[in-house]
Amino acid sequence: MNVIEQGTDRMSGTTERVLTDEMVAEIQSLLPRYPSKQAVTLPALHLVHERLRHVPLAAVVEIAEILGLAPADVQDTLSFYGFFKQDRPHGNVRAWVCRSISCHLLGAEEVLAHLSRRLGVKPGETTADGKITLEYAECLGACEFAPCMLAGTTLHRCLDAQKADQFVDQLK
Amino acid sequence: MTRFEPVLLANIEKPDCHTLKVYEAGGGYSALRKVLGSMSPHDVRELVKASGLRGRGGAGFPTGLKWTFLPKDHPGPIYFCLNADESEPGTFNNRYLMEFDPHQVLEGVIISSFATRASTAYFYMRYEYPTAWQRVQQAVEECYAAGLLGKNILGSGYSLDIYLHRGAAAYICGEETGLIESIEGKRAWPRIKPPFPAVEGLFRKPTVVNNVETAACVTQILSRGVDWFKSIGVPADPQNPRDAGSYGPKLYCLSGHVNRPGCYEAPLGITVNELIAEYGGGIRGGRKAKAAIPGGISMGLLTASEFDCPLDFNGPGRYGCLGLGTAAVVVMDETVSMVDFLHNSCQFFAHESCGQCTPCREGTAWSLRLMQRIKAGKGRWKDLDLLLEIGDNIGIIPGTTICGLADGAAWPLKNAIRKFRPELEEYIKRTNPQGYAETNAVPALQLLGIH
Repeated sequence: MNVIEQGTDRMSGTTERVLTDEMVAEIQSLLPRYPSKQAVTLPALHLVHERLRHVPLAAVVEIAEILGLAPADVQDTLSFYGFFKQDRPHGNVRAWVCRSISCHLLGAEEVLAHLSRRLGVKPGETTADGKITLEYAECLGACEFAPCMLAGTTLHRCLDAQKADQFVDQLK
Repeated sequence: MTRFEPVLLANIEKPDCHTLKVYEAGGGYSALRKVLGSMSPHDVRELVKASGLRGRGGAGFPTGLKWTFLPKDHPGPIYFCLNADESEPGTFNNRYLMEFDPHQVLEGVIISSFATRASTAYFYMRYEYPTAWQRVQQAVEECYAAGLLGKNILGSGYSLDIYLHRGAAAYICGEETGLIESIEGKRAWPRIKPPFPAVEGLFRKPTVVNNVETAACVTQILSRGVDWFKSIGVPADPQNPRDAGSYGPKLYCLSGHVNRPGCYEAPLGITVNELIAEYGGGIRGGRKAKAAIPGGISMGLLTASEFDCPLDFNGPGRYGCLGLGTAAVVVMDETVSMVDFLHNSCQFFAHESCGQCTPCREGTAWSLRLMQRIKAGKGRWKDLDLLLEIGDNIGIIPGTTICGLADGAAWPLKNAIRKFRPELEEYIKRTNPQGYAETNAVPALQLLGIH
């Protein structure tokens, strides 16, 4: 069982911890960087999200414990940023298609609609095989390559339907 | 006109330009050595003040002046934050600097932190820049290894730590007090000012927040001097004592319907026409231009007949725009519908409003609903008046919100409707011939996920 599945399983009310000792140690190692523990909230959320691909409520409680906060404090911050998944992990690759003005002028809407049809998911959803989570993004800051998409850490430049298909084919 | 010799972008063509070795081979960190060896923080502050450098992040506030707002003889700590949350649609100059020349930025951060007597600096970078994140992280590690960061930098007795802090895809974190709240681990709701961050900022301590390009400019000013910096750009108007001038080189981001979109360095004051012709290679497909965003979508719109607008801190304001903003020019050709542009703009701001101030939260959400209805062919001429009413009443200029996000949402509305009203009216009448003149309330359409 990989670490992602463990995270999901443990939402079902067991008392096992969601954060591994390693994750806890990593979060604690960030504390000296800031004069307040609360400031480690966002780095801790990123750390957990990167490992588990979501931050389940159980993890929120555990992060709050480390930082000496109420779980509601951490949840308040988490829910402000639409970025963090909570109910279930995102797919192997999270693909953000930019929809802001420069990309929009050069066909971003068509690219997003095409990917949505091809993958059979709406933005925000994950394909049934768990391979891709499709998202729209506001300006990715790569307007010279419009329309663009950030998939994982890779920027896909000057997209059209054909290039979007190639991207999907490579993942299949 | 001869092409301006780039300074901020001078390194980016070199192989491995993001490494310390290449940066130092080109004279990098000599400005820092000079500062630490022979200058006091006061000297650096006065020098940057004398250069006339204005913040490159959008508001154009004089950088040296911002630094002097810090309380004198404060026992500390004082914090320095680098704002690398660049998220304004159309803008990518900070990404360029961080990916291709991170050390130029870091040198500026170290000099700025020294000048403001900060011993901790937070480098707040948006999530969407994984390559820049990795390169800046690597550059910071190189600095620690070379004694350019950490305790007793270069034997000067000055110590500084820089910590990278990652955003989570929220535009509002680029507002300096939103950024501060975000670092503190809270929702990024901007703070009411005063107190300004210089007096009470991060962790309730005096704080300076500067933009990435501003930091790069600080490096160049310390390296090349005030006279060099002031020889570039547009001097202050002697008739206007409030004009701080527009000095120095600027990174312009050009995108949209041009042949060669990209990040270009030019003296402040280049016109939109010059930028498109000399750098952008003209309009794509030989078409005619229709409009352009002068400095990120928040700044509003210029019509094609206004492309003689100089892109300095005062230029766009004279053409009814909000200001220079981030100097990100997005060009639209004659095929673009203003309905489509405005819908996209409203969609962005409805998504990015942080929800703290009611006029902004409701104003941006309702302007999107109105634009959705117009786009779907159910608009009324009256909707344009409603949109203008929203535009005229949200923001810090009318005095109804805490931060400027709503002003940014208002300007595209006001500019597009006032400069392109006949086109918008024609669209509404053509797509809704039965109901375009209706003035009684009509139901909103079902709207899919704004937030």
